[in-house]
Amino acid sequence: MQWLMTFRIALRALARNKLRAFLTMLGIIIGVGAVIAMVAIGEGAKSTIRAQIASLGTNVLIVLPGSNSQGGVRLGTGNVNTLLDSDARAIVRELRSVSFASPVLRRPEQVVAGNLNWGTLAQGVAPEFQQIRDWQVADGRFLHEGDMESAAKVAVIGETVARQLFGNDNPIDMVIRIRNIPFRVVGLLAPKGQTGQGTDQDDTLMIPYTTMQKRLMRITWLQSIVVKAVSAERVPEAQEQITLLLRQRHRIGQDREDDFNIRNLSDIAEAAQTTARVMAVLLGSVASISLLVGGIGIMNIMLVSVTERTREIGIRMAVGARGRDIMLQFLVEAVVMAATGGLIGIFLGIGSSEVLKEWAQWPTLISPTIVAIAFLFSGAVGVFFGFYPAKKAANLDPIEALRYE
Amino acid sequence: MSEVIRVENLHKTYHMGDVEVPALRGINLKIAGGEFVAVMGSSGSGKSTFMNILGCLDRPSEGKYFLEGNEVGSLSPDEWATIRNKRIGFVFQGFNLLARTTALENVELPMMYNGFHGKERHQRAIEALTLVGLSQRLDHTPNRLSGGQQQRVAIARALVNRPSLILADEPTGNLDSSTSGEIMALFQKLNVEQRITIILVTHEADIAANANRQILFRDGLVISDKADEKALREVKCSG
Repeated sequence: MQWLMTFRIALRALARNKLRAFLTMLGIIIGVGAVIAMVAIGEGAKSTIRAQIASLGTNVLIVLPGSNSQGGVRLGTGNVNTLLDSDARAIVRELRSVSFASPVLRRPEQVVAGNLNWGTLAQGVAPEFQQIRDWQVADGRFLHEGDMESAAKVAVIGETVARQLFGNDNPIDMVIRIRNIPFRVVGLLAPKGQTGQGTDQDDTLMIPYTTMQKRLMRITWLQSIVVKAVSAERVPEAQEQITLLLRQRHRIGQDREDDFNIRNLSDIAEAAQTTARVMAVLLGSVASISLLVGGIGIMNIMLVSVTERTREIGIRMAVGARGRDIMLQFLVEAVVMAATGGLIGIFLGIGSSEVLKEWAQWPTLISPTIVAIAFLFSGAVGVFFGFYPAKKAANLDPIEALRYE
Repeated sequence: MSEVIRVENLHKTYHMGDVEVPALRGINLKIAGGEFVAVMGSSGSGKSTFMNILGCLDRPSEGKYFLEGNEVGSLSPDEWATIRNKRIGFVFQGFNLLARTTALENVELPMMYNGFHGKERHQRAIEALTLVGLSQRLDHTPNRLSGGQQQRVAIARALVNRPSLILADEPTGNLDSSTSGEIMALFQKLNVEQRITIILVTHEADIAANANRQILFRDGLVISDKADEKALREVKCSG
């Protein structure tokens, strides 16, 4: 029997019971729609997290002062003052696995400009910080080595700070005051947006770390050093070498613990990615179950249809249809139903994920692979769940089928 | 005239649980090409079982069935389907047309399973419907046709693949007597003009009288086999 004709017969059989065919397809429509929408949400989350991690700066390690115990009281991380500016310089100078390192000191400060003021996070950093954290300068310049040496009273401000203090005016060369100390704004950072935790990364201000140490915090040590390894693969190597170097520099004996901690952002990145992946798999599998349920619906209706059309099957067999002709007819019917449902489901899935993106501001990402897989899978559902009813039809005894009332 | 059907020692036994029900108990028959045979008998006489075996719908328990010289009783279901499609036309008591399908499409149905395409299929179906006098009703569905017209569509469907044999199972059972007469006249015309062998099951003597040969079944055996002179003469000429 020719394919085109089989296809036409199937379409006509379905057209006779439009409502029933539609309700049967609805299972597949919802299943495929759910798979596509859910995977789009999962993929969207994954790519958002990936982007956020990238904006944190990849290949980054953070060296923090260690905990210190005094008379049995163990203080938290960052309570020793052994981490120094010279350590940061030594790390870059001596380790080949490291491309950049920058001291970082942080403190929330109240910043005043004219009659406006704004509380923000002040960070004392070195010029290398720009490369480590992938900051772009929108206007003016970033801090440079000269600023460090002279502990210059210059600042680079984030987009949020600029907006709060200067509105739409150009902040370059304006003066801001921190603890009554005037700083000249030399640069405006390009906006980066929020972090994965929802912190506004643009609500910040950067000054030379030397200025932060001497003029604002009055300390000689560092709160942390951020280090960029030459590549993601060499992060563990860098971590090992930094540990050795710092133990040596801090003269820590073999039996004593480190007086610093090294944190690895790629761990966080990996954890976040894994979480997103688990979420995508979970959403996908929940949606696949509804596709399966849709398939069972098709099987159910196909069984009913075979019973209803027993006499038709008998007639077709009497005039010369072979078992496989009958089987093909019912199989094509099931596949047409499933594939049509799949096609509608694809549009529904894409549509609903677009609606989510538009109205709920939920990042979604339609992956063409998933669309193709969902469509093929719905066809496969049709074959799988149509097979048994079709086989049943093909195995009917023509004499019995002709007698069937 | 060549031999169309020969059955030798045909047995058929149905198994109802542990009980064996013999339906045919040794049938020996020869039917020549161009014969018009009426198979008669009360219900349970085995005539329907016999027709099912002749129509390649059922397998004999024992014995041999030769269709146009070839043993077909032991062929595979797919080979049977091909024989039903190409060499046998069926006409049923209940017409057995596809509902909500036009007369033309009903007649085209057998050609869907033997590779006739579009135009040729169309043409042959129209020819067959014209032969049975329904050229004006091509696009009518069965529910818009009278019983006699429906049976004509069924006959056209049986004819469309140009079989050498038509098996008709109580073709007038659902029709009134005047319509029955028309249908029988059509069968006679096909038998005479197209030289198609017709085997017809009926329990009405006046319907059977239209045939040239009457075979009577009882309890799974042939108890009488009468041919009128004209038919005998033809069979003898060829034999």
